[in-house]
Amino acid sequence: MSTSDVGREGVRGARPDREAMIGQGGHPPDGRGGRRRGRRGEKAMVPDAEFGSYYGKPILNPPVWKAADIAGYFFLGGLAGAGSVLAAGSQLTGRPAAARALKISSLAAISGSTAALIHDLGRPGRFYNMLRVMKPTSPMSMGSWLLAAYGPAAGAAAVLDVTGLFPRLGRAATAGAAVLGPGVAAYTAVLAADTAVPAWHEGYRELPFVFVGSAAVAASGMALAAAPPRETAPMRTAALCGAALELGATKLMERRLGLVAENYREGTGGRLMRAARALTVAGAAGGALLGGQSRTAAVLGGAALLAGSACTRFGVFHAGIRSAEDPKYTVVPQRERIRAREAEPA
Amino acid sequence: MGFFTDTSVCIGCKACEVACKEWNAVPEDGLEFTGMSYDNTQGLGADTWRHVAFIEQDRPVSTRPDDGTVPSADGNGGMRWLMASDVCKHCTHAACLDVCPTGSLFRTEFGTVVVQEDICNGCGYCIPACPYGVIDQRKGDGRAWKCTLCYDRLGVGMEPACAKACPTDSIQYGPLDELRERAAMRVDQLHDMGVEDARLYGHDPEDGVGGDGAFFLLLDEPEVYGLPPDPVVTTRDLPSMWRHAGAAAAALAGGLAAVFAAHGLRDHGLRGGTR
Repeated sequence: MSTSDVGREGVRGARPDREAMIGQGGHPPDGRGGRRRGRRGEKAMVPDAEFGSYYGKPILNPPVWKAADIAGYFFLGGLAGAGSVLAAGSQLTGRPAAARALKISSLAAISGSTAALIHDLGRPGRFYNMLRVMKPTSPMSMGSWLLAAYGPAAGAAAVLDVTGLFPRLGRAATAGAAVLGPGVAAYTAVLAADTAVPAWHEGYRELPFVFVGSAAVAASGMALAAAPPRETAPMRTAALCGAALELGATKLMERRLGLVAENYREGTGGRLMRAARALTVAGAAGGALLGGQSRTAAVLGGAALLAGSACTRFGVFHAGIRSAEDPKYTVVPQRERIRAREAEPA
Repeated sequence: MGFFTDTSVCIGCKACEVACKEWNAVPEDGLEFTGMSYDNTQGLGADTWRHVAFIEQDRPVSTRPDDGTVPSADGNGGMRWLMASDVCKHCTHAACLDVCPTGSLFRTEFGTVVVQEDICNGCGYCIPACPYGVIDQRKGDGRAWKCTLCYDRLGVGMEPACAKACPTDSIQYGPLDELRERAAMRVDQLHDMGVEDARLYGHDPEDGVGGDGAFFLLLDEPEVYGLPPDPVVTTRDLPSMWRHAGAAAAALAGGLAAVFAAHGLRDHGLRGGTR
């Protein structure tokens, strides 16, 4: 059945598909443009944001980073960085088994994250170009230098602890890694935020706190899973504090983001953020309450915390990609910015 | 030096796209038929350094009611085509250049922004940093590519290939001050002709990117052309970002130290802690 109507004045109703696209927002080509409000399809109380776009094409070029590499890098960097702080704390307070386990996990994590970073480069052979310059305006440059200092320190801390050689040097390396570790955990938030990707850039105030909270969750999860329960009491507290910081900062960020926060609630990013919340809460509660008595509970709680932290990083990553692919998240907030500026008295 | 692209005289011939590809030996990037419009290039990318957009609108060409424009048969007031040749903006404050960790992106003596292809290591950071969606990664190569404003031609006193090829002078190349003056005159002229929607985009050195080295005369809102309405160089907020990250790192170190302090030495600790 044809939808066009041929009359004296010509053809009416032809090409309905394209007419819907002309000069309007249109929908992104993957067909997920029909925006759902809420989860049960309740009626929208606020009209959908209207905006123009070029056939629904993205305005930004979305990141070409592969999720497994870069979100994995964020997760492993956090695990390593916060792990080094916990390792130093454990060593200072007479918890040698926990300290050793965390030093080993930090070395493994930072090696894995460096491998992921190099794997994601289109030209791995040119990795050394990262160390050609030192640029404070480039979080990736600063991160490369930070890794260049942190990696050997974390490596020496682990190797010297396991071998028992040069104990004084080992203590210095442990301290050095603990000083640099928080930077490794936090700078990746700046790495993501210093882009035009709306879900990352607009959240730059809260994102570092989400990341360090998530890092504390991952590292304390690792300690719960790998160290004997008699040594992990501080890590159980750290898991609770980290989870509270992460979830609180995420909530705050979503509130500030407004329309852009949709990317943290819908799509792949939304699903991962929900999974992260559930795993982190379950892991923190289970690990903190039962991890002191039962090794099984500690291992399960620790695994849930690690998985929750990974889900947070992948969730943030996918939310960013989604926000870059839909021109709505670029245009509408910028329009609002212009309107707010014009409303201001000169 | 820079570009002024006057889209009001663009005829959509795509000669600029072709000239750019030919001069710069840019590889073919998919012979795709999109069906969305006559524009099968779709947007700027690693292998499209000039892109001509075709925008079909349900609006008459002129907004003046008495200019004799005949409304279309269905009484909608007719339709118009907007054509616009887009290119790298060569921002005064260029996010791609700021975030490049290798120093591969640099500012030339002409004030333009160019990638040194032998230094680029394919990290891809410049790509999401660009608020205009210009620079992109070439598949199978891994490096980032974009318009060089024909750096090699400028050096020997030639104008860029796209400007040279443009048959209507929609693309004009020259010193930015001169181009801005010319652009302001053209906007006034169009306003006098009743084209009230004519406006400049990217010409203002006070805007979020410090003004563009390639600016445009548009006949509708920028987003209709696939351009961001209020782009801002991402590094403008970077000092604040570093401060927030520093606070977060301090919170992590301090918080964990406090946790250990609260727990104290382990009950059966090495030094005989007896708490």
